[in-house]
Amino acid sequence: MSAVPELLSPSVPWWDLEWLPRLPQRVVEWIVQFLGLPEWLAQIAGMAVAAFTVVGVFAGAFALLSLIERKTLARVQNRLGPNRVGPCGILQPVADGIKMLTKEDIVPARAEWFLHLLAPVLIVVPAILALGVIPYGKSWTPVPLELGLLFFFAVGAMTELSIFMAGWASVSKFPMLGAMRAISQMVSYELPLMLAALGVVMVSGTMSLPEIVAQQGGFHLGFIPAWNLFTPWGLVAGVVFFIACIAEANRCPFDLPEGESEIVAGHMTEYSGFKYALFFMGEYLGLFAISGLGITLFLGGWQAPLPGLGFVPSWCWFFAKLSAVIFVFLWIRATFPRVRIDQLMRFAWLCLIPVSLLTLPAAALWHHAGRGFSGWALTLPLLAIPWLILTVTFNKRMAPQTRRFHYADS
Amino acid sequence: MNDIQPHPAVKDPKPPRKWTPPGLGLLQGLAVSGRNLVESFYKKDRMVTVQYPEERLEISPNFRNFPFLCYDGDDPVKGLRCTACSICEKECPPQCIYIVLDRDENGKSLKRPKVFDIDISVCMNCGICSEVCPFDSIYMDGEYEMSGYDRFGGMMLGLDRLSKSADYHMKLRPEQASEVLARRKADEEKKAAAAAAKAAKAKAEQEKKAMEAKQAAEAAAAESSQGGEA
Repeated sequence: MSAVPELLSPSVPWWDLEWLPRLPQRVVEWIVQFLGLPEWLAQIAGMAVAAFTVVGVFAGAFALLSLIERKTLARVQNRLGPNRVGPCGILQPVADGIKMLTKEDIVPARAEWFLHLLAPVLIVVPAILALGVIPYGKSWTPVPLELGLLFFFAVGAMTELSIFMAGWASVSKFPMLGAMRAISQMVSYELPLMLAALGVVMVSGTMSLPEIVAQQGGFHLGFIPAWNLFTPWGLVAGVVFFIACIAEANRCPFDLPEGESEIVAGHMTEYSGFKYALFFMGEYLGLFAISGLGITLFLGGWQAPLPGLGFVPSWCWFFAKLSAVIFVFLWIRATFPRVRIDQLMRFAWLCLIPVSLLTLPAAALWHHAGRGFSGWALTLPLLAIPWLILTVTFNKRMAPQTRRFHYADS
Repeated sequence: MNDIQPHPAVKDPKPPRKWTPPGLGLLQGLAVSGRNLVESFYKKDRMVTVQYPEERLEISPNFRNFPFLCYDGDDPVKGLRCTACSICEKECPPQCIYIVLDRDENGKSLKRPKVFDIDISVCMNCGICSEVCPFDSIYMDGEYEMSGYDRFGGMMLGLDRLSKSADYHMKLRPEQASEVLARRKADEEKKAAAAAAKAAKAKAEQEKKAMEAKQAAEAAAAESSQGGEA
């Protein structure tokens, strides 16, 4: 799996755009070899550069996203958004960064200062680790692990730990409440997230993320991409996965752990300056990671959406899909109000988990009944009938009621 | 589930509940915000933000805050309508106006202010000064960018900053200013007419007197000539 011989092979010209993201890695490895340093050093240097490439790309994307998010939210509310720093506010992230760096770093007197310091660091680390296993392009998987999916979830679970650490170490009420909420929410939503991903593992027969993407290549009927989303079980699992993603990434409408109107800023209440910025960064990097995983599992990773578009470098497709998914996140944030904590938990346990459990037999049927027409014929009713039942029950019991207050009316 | 009984006057307590697929409301909401997002790029009337320091909203003619002094013509000293009568100074509730009458070397009033200060850190924008002014001199301004670096000196407006031309007043509040101008013009004409009438009357009297004198002289002459004949 080592990428070194591949990279240094003369068959790949350096100007090939497909290899562009790995150019720094290649250059460093070439320098190390040129200097006659041992092979293991070349590998380590190459890995370090690969890691820095990922961190650099996503730190830049974080800066850009923080601006685009504000701009998009502003446009939805018919405002202009930040437009003072630089043309069209392009330098706003720089100004924000300078502000965050120069702010006083306050640690509460009674806080557990070491844990208080460790929490913001530990929230960024798992996000970066998780970003490392995602296949960004045909030839660009920073760490091509055999059990990439397992690694992703194992590392992703660390985020909860650091959030709770932040809440506990602050020795304050609001952070503690926020941390408790975060734990209950993330543990509840991890379940549908993993169950939804499990269907993909069942059908692909592997946990290696590059392999899962490779299996989604090709087209049905010549134009429908063979992504997991375009199967009956994949559609349901994809939607469940997406909803669980929103909760895992602490995004609106499931951003209860930091509900500003109720508990100030949740676990971030007692943080200021650069530690606060690190929390933000960890949250956004986590958002990138989990969106990347969703794209890998359901949206065909770096596969082109239409036949005949193979000439575009594959990593471009990945980032195009990532932008689209992130835009949907922004759109949802701009639209929906925050849900209540009991609604949140009920939705996870009474709706998402049963539905995601249903996708497992559906995926098994799909796998064994042949993945064509017979698969559709068998799995569609399996998913459609419970959906109809759910619909009826939801309309009966959970539809919003119209309340009339007769004293107000008369 | 709904414990509240509808009032008998309420015609339709329960809206007809149609079957809707779950999630339809969410999609409708997304459509609304998506339309907002897209239309904000090409529909001008959606974006109501005014980029303040570069462009500003036109203020209403009814917008009034701090007082200013109005002058006619181009010279802010000669054309000043204020006669330093001190009515506004006495009426001002927070006592933020300070006036010193200008006098010549003999101590005779020149009917103009030597000092006219308004402390706008004290002024409460009531507009009483402008209402009591009998000389159409003091009006409320529409100026709202009056922040300064100095709490005392910067907020104390003297004659130089208070004096503003009648044209400015016309631009600020055309209706009021044109009414005032028309009234002032009519007053002036009336005054001029009165002066002319007075002058004419004086002239007529003079002529009459001259006439009478002449007649008297003529009569005297005739008398003397008659006497001579007799």
